[in-house]
Amino acid sequence: MIKIQDVCFGYNEGQDVLQGLTLEFDQRTTAIIGQNGAGKTTLVKLLKGLLKPTGGDIWVAGVNSKDVTVAQLAGKIGLVFQNPNDQIFKRTVLEEVMFGPLNMKVETAAAKQQALQALEMVGLADQTDVNPHDLGLSEKKLISIASIVAMNTDIIILDEPTIAQDAAGKRRIAQIIEQLSQEGKLVMTILHDMDFVAAHFERTIVMNRGKVVLDDKTREVFSHQDLLREACLDTPYVTQLGKQWGLPETVLTTEELISAMKRPR
Amino acid sequence: MSLIEVEHLKYRYPATEKLALNDISLTAEAGELIGIVGKNTAGKTTFCQALVGLVPHFYKGAYGGSVRIGGMDVKESGVDETIRKVGIVFQNPFTQVTGSKLTVYEEIAFGLEHLGIARQDMMERIDHALHLLDIEAYKDRAPFDLSGGQMQRMAIASVIAMRPQVIVLDEPTSQLDPQGSEEVFRAIQSLSREGITVILAEHKMEKLAAYADRIALLHEGMLIDYDTPSRVFSRSDLAEYGVEAPIYTRVCQAIGFRMLDMDTYPVTLEEAQAAYEAQHSAISASSQEEQGGRYD
Repeated sequence: MIKIQDVCFGYNEGQDVLQGLTLEFDQRTTAIIGQNGAGKTTLVKLLKGLLKPTGGDIWVAGVNSKDVTVAQLAGKIGLVFQNPNDQIFKRTVLEEVMFGPLNMKVETAAAKQQALQALEMVGLADQTDVNPHDLGLSEKKLISIASIVAMNTDIIILDEPTIAQDAAGKRRIAQIIEQLSQEGKLVMTILHDMDFVAAHFERTIVMNRGKVVLDDKTREVFSHQDLLREACLDTPYVTQLGKQWGLPETVLTTEELISAMKRPR
Repeated sequence: MSLIEVEHLKYRYPATEKLALNDISLTAEAGELIGIVGKNTAGKTTFCQALVGLVPHFYKGAYGGSVRIGGMDVKESGVDETIRKVGIVFQNPFTQVTGSKLTVYEEIAFGLEHLGIARQDMMERIDHALHLLDIEAYKDRAPFDLSGGQMQRMAIASVIAMRPQVIVLDEPTSQLDPQGSEEVFRAIQSLSREGITVILAEHKMEKLAAYADRIALLHEGMLIDYDTPSRVFSRSDLAEYGVEAPIYTRVCQAIGFRMLDMDTYPVTLEEAQAAYEAQHSAISASSQEEQGGRYD
């Protein structure tokens, strides 16, 4: 659904943040991990067309991002910003979520329908008339997810969706990702919560200093503790515990670890 | 007398009907590291703001009971007086940085300038804060050129330089990568070693279990429990309060690995490993016994 070839990008001349990335994205749920400054947010802004590569090419659904405007790409790819305050500006939750579809020339009634469905999905259907700025950070984050979901794009990118979420909020985000993926959408997510990545993503891409250092099935990625360390990352807590207890396999969830420990040895 | 004494604290925001804090009483001693846990809307942030006097002085609303820091009643004193004893670090360092200073060094001086601290004393305090938070290398950098972890540590340093007896941190690591949040947790630990009382609202239970002396579990504005991480995280009803115990605890609970006291479950990787080894030596001891029986 997305193909990028030898992509380079730098905010200042002579300082490339991304150094020749080549990647292909299919419908698998994909996590992008890496320390702050590794180039994750820059990469997704390039995919969304907000930045243009200084070298190389990006094709989104077969179209080269250089040949289209951000507005034209907006129908194909949605990006939820890391900080919801950068995204939210309307006076009610419903208006905020309808803003995207309306700008894509969806009829008002249909836009409202799409917005309400998206709000249902994030669990805020009863907050339509509330001013989003009166809500907490975790709810604002869910509103900003709903406003992208309402645009019904084939590709959805989430930048650190689990920030400020409690246990229930994280479960909700996991459900949203799963549901979108079942609808055939590509869900790509930047995350710092390794246990969340392990439990919910099929593919994981590890970035370090503007390069991809690992790109594989999540279980495979979290088997490489040494390479993750080099990228200043660690394996999930549950994986560490399994290793500590001498399990030969890489476990990704508490359920896997519990059943492995109950297994007669 | 304890350093922090909260007695029957009740609070309601203006134009609301529900109590945001409902009859909270607790005490904390100098140098303690207290973790505040609970689901969103449990009252964590409101409680943090009550400790520094933003509740009720900034938000107004209905207030009952008392918060005393080192004997000073927060409600009876102004915020300007309270901040000499209690400092707060917000969730997002961007909301804390003044934006009026060109270097990290000057940013940390900001609070001290407003307290009217003498120049020599200021320099000593700033150097100490830079050292404690391990950001000496960035002292001449522009505040907004720092990474998230560095900026959050600068925000903490600017509060620490004011020499509070208590520092309150409201989810200080939620925006940080794993390395950045580990840096901040280590810095927080060194503060409590210096005798500063740390109050830390946080969702990262694995980190709290490793660093906190006691955990306050809040739910709907009420204090449900206030005890060691082992005791609070071993509660079987934790899920009812929307809190998940550390992964180590959940796994050990499911497979019946207890701590030696038999009442609680491991809350850290080290404890989980110790419980595993204890279990193994028990198994091998009992199987040796069995074998011994067979050969006799």
